Amino acid sequence: MSTSAFDAVVPVVCVALAGLFAMLAEAFRGKSEKMPIGGLAVIGLLGAGFASILLWDRNASSFGVLTADNFALFVNLILVVVGVLTVLFSSETIERDGIPAGEYYALVLFAIVGMMLMAQSNDLLLMFLALETMSIAVYVLTGLRRDQANATEAAFKYFLLGAFASSFFLYGIAFIYGVTGTTHLERAGAAIAAQSMADSPMLLIAVGLLIVGFAFKVAAVPFHMWSPDAYEGAPTVVTGFMSTGVKAAAVAAFARVFLSALGPLVDDWTPVLWVIAVLTMIVGTVVGVSQTSIKRMLAYSSIAHAGYLLVAIIAANDVGKASLLFYLASYAVTNVAAFGIIAMLGSKESANDELRDYAGLAHSHPALAALLTVFLLSLGGFPPTAGFIAKWYTFSAAVTEGYYGLAIIGMLSSVVSVYFYLRIVVMMYMTERDARPAPPQVPGLAMAGLVVSMLAVLYLGVLPAQVIAWAEQSIATIF
Amino acid sequence: MMVTGVPILTLLIALPIVGSLALLALPNRDGSKDQTMRLGALAISLVTLVASLFLWAAFDQSAGAPAFQFVERHAWIPTFGIEYSLGLDGISLMLVVLTTFLTPIALLSSWEGIHERVKEFSIFMLLLEAAMIGVFVSLDLFLFYVFWDVVLIPMYFLIGIWGYDQRLYASIKFLLYTMAGSVLMLIAIIGTAWLHQQATGQYSFDLLKLYELRVPDHLQYWFFLAFALAFAIKVPLFPFHTWLPDAHVQAPTPGSVILAGVMLKMGAYGLLRFAFPMFPEAALAFAPMLATLSVIAIVYGALVAMVQPDMKKLVAYSSVSHMGFVVLGIAAMNVQGVQGASYQMLAHGISTGGLFAVVGMLSDRRHTRLISEFGGLKAVMPRLTAAFLIVTLASVGLPGMNGFIGEFLILLGAFRWEPKFVVVAGLGVILSAVYMLWMFQRVYYGAVTNEENRHLPDLSVREWAVIGPLCAMSILMGVAPNLFLAPMEPAVTRIVQRMEAREPMRVDAGWRSWFTGPAAPVTARRAGEGQ
Repeated sequence: MSTSAFDAVVPVVCVALAGLFAMLAEAFRGKSEKMPIGGLAVIGLLGAGFASILLWDRNASSFGVLTADNFALFVNLILVVVGVLTVLFSSETIERDGIPAGEYYALVLFAIVGMMLMAQSNDLLLMFLALETMSIAVYVLTGLRRDQANATEAAFKYFLLGAFASSFFLYGIAFIYGVTGTTHLERAGAAIAAQSMADSPMLLIAVGLLIVGFAFKVAAVPFHMWSPDAYEGAPTVVTGFMSTGVKAAAVAAFARVFLSALGPLVDDWTPVLWVIAVLTMIVGTVVGVSQTSIKRMLAYSSIAHAGYLLVAIIAANDVGKASLLFYLASYAVTNVAAFGIIAMLGSKESANDELRDYAGLAHSHPALAALLTVFLLSLGGFPPTAGFIAKWYTFSAAVTEGYYGLAIIGMLSSVVSVYFYLRIVVMMYMTERDARPAPPQVPGLAMAGLVVSMLAVLYLGVLPAQVIAWAEQSIATIF
Repeated sequence: MMVTGVPILTLLIALPIVGSLALLALPNRDGSKDQTMRLGALAISLVTLVASLFLWAAFDQSAGAPAFQFVERHAWIPTFGIEYSLGLDGISLMLVVLTTFLTPIALLSSWEGIHERVKEFSIFMLLLEAAMIGVFVSLDLFLFYVFWDVVLIPMYFLIGIWGYDQRLYASIKFLLYTMAGSVLMLIAIIGTAWLHQQATGQYSFDLLKLYELRVPDHLQYWFFLAFALAFAIKVPLFPFHTWLPDAHVQAPTPGSVILAGVMLKMGAYGLLRFAFPMFPEAALAFAPMLATLSVIAIVYGALVAMVQPDMKKLVAYSSVSHMGFVVLGIAAMNVQGVQGASYQMLAHGISTGGLFAVVGMLSDRRHTRLISEFGGLKAVMPRLTAAFLIVTLASVGLPGMNGFIGEFLILLGAFRWEPKFVVVAGLGVILSAVYMLWMFQRVYYGAVTNEENRHLPDLSVREWAVIGPLCAMSILMGVAPNLFLAPMEPAVTRIVQRMEAREPMRVDAGWRSWFTGPAAPVTARRAGEGQ
């Protein structure tokens, strides 16, 4: 098969078209008419997924700035999974919350466009544009429930701080351009390697600024302040989407920039990331312990998981570099599904996300409680779930790279995190339900999505070899 | 071997899992099928027991037999040389049989005490059984760790859902304690596999290959400590025992039976199978320290047991004391010591399982476990008294009962190694007679002091089925120890011989590496050396 200049954009175009059609559909929709806009979104996402599979191993690139190497395609597939699951979990909940479907799905799809572009871009400027495309869509998604004060606060906070972080990122790009004369990642990397500019202060400033930008997007400590508020204020499905999609895209771009272009400076940025990773793991878990709102608790948990992802970047070597992608995949499936359950247990008036609200859930919704337990155990890193293999893989990368300290801190922090994951389990299984009305029944499509997620979590936990092999093939294209 | 070609160990693990899935598929509205669940779970566990007995019959006990039998190997995560590899030697065989023997008994013992969510209870018990069998038959460290951690989840639910008043605290404490120890072990496991890669170019979590690896001293020091910590928490060794009284007291009777009967053995098994043979130099260096902690555990556990007003707590602390003997025998690392330790694991599983079962029966009747609430039960329940007496004497170590053989061998082994430990440990033997018999006396002798006790029913048929096999086994193990020692003999000799060829490392090597960095290169040991 011949490759054309447009091959690499096909996945992005699929999603973007679906987004445009979603907007059009909303425009032509009668006031009380119902339209299966979610189905449209799923079609677009599946198209992107098939395109990504077809492009596998072909190393297509478009316009010199957009690449479809296996690394980007793997991340695309993760994003497709996150997107499809989000749509499945949304169908009922957005109707319940009175959110206009067309607007909502269009925003989700455009955010995914931005995420895919972030993973695929080979040029810092395009990466910035992708970051903004993603971010703006997500800011709006965060504040979708305009009638609620905390949603507005969350969106505003997220937007202000996010804009600030983006400008750091842009400033970093400017410095890179100033030193190397290009924003193209490969050429910049070659220039850095050729001139051995390890001591150039300009370059170090650039590295620092880029770290700030990325650390903000992945919600790493000390740039995490926005995330508990934003995660709490956003509609719960969106929280799941943000905490996985945004993180996956940002981590992918992070890895691409730092492992390939800035690879020669590894000795300079490793200690910084080491400190950030340790802080992120510790703060995420320790503060998570004291939360009583499950949304906030999982917000801190996803901060901690950002720390583990950073460990994977720090420890990237021949053995462990694929752990980054494996971790992303398993975290994405698990977390989006966990938030999906929490979303379904909410109501229009309240998110019902206090720990107390989960008392006795095992009686009223045994299946849902069991599914949530599986996802929480996976987040906590218990075998035989995806989360265990992911943690094991990441920390074996750290150990083989000699970072015993990082591995020990990470492992112990994951023990602490088990404590708060289990608090939810305790509520569901070991506490009597008080006189509250039982939460609503779960629609069939969403249930199917949850069951598929659970099977995926168990598959990754029991038979991870195939996905590990794919992750290895894909990370090999950037590092 | 009779069963070549049949993956019997996989079958043994799969049986309870498949059974629990079948129970899961059965609808159960408002407890209408509780009895079906109970009988179903019991039937599955009995089939598993039969399968394990078949395994025992097929096991080759002769001296020339391969170290590990019924071996199965399949690639699992090839990039890291992780295999799904199972196999068992005599020690694992006996522990597997102990597991499959105690599970149906524990299930039977739950019929009075567990009325809520019987379906989930049965499923968790079966999953627990599968995971425990997995721990004892894994020959791949990664696989071992997976089972090791999986064991925690059903036990956590058993304590947390069906336990007594303080169950939430106890279940979380149990889980976090064990996890905190085991994650450090995971890091050591990864480190060892990585050393194997450095030495041979290939990752391997295969226990037999890692046995051949000479881990440099400075790393051995830390790796051994990580392993030993994980296992010491599980055993539990003083001062890591504090989770145990909580977990035991709060756990429902079947949970206590399994916890004391099998799960504590996982720790001792880990020391014997992994920590000592994989890091022999460090193990020998730390052996006196382990022995010191274990004699402290023996005496401390006994003294604390003596003053407990609660029978269950008393038995829990007696476990600390008895398991101290096991660790002492392992630390002695000679044939008698290790043999005694292995035997004591089985004996303690039977007798403590029995004690918890009987205490559970009293608690089912009176909903209290306080010794002061009872008295004079001998006249009311002569049969239960007799059963209790048998397991008590077994636990105390009366000659002719199972506890005696193990403790005697351990003390013999320890005496050959370091007589000073025996002096203190011997004290523990006497103390155990004091606290057990004193409890027995207060509960069963004298006049009936509490009117509520006057009309308590004696053993029912079901309770006979619970306690009968345990009493019979306590006596059988006491009079025919060779039946159980013989299969373990080659495994014990192999471990001891491996260790005898080694010199203890200098304990300060580990600390020094902290300051000076690694020195010795990693080398693969030549085949045959150190055998």
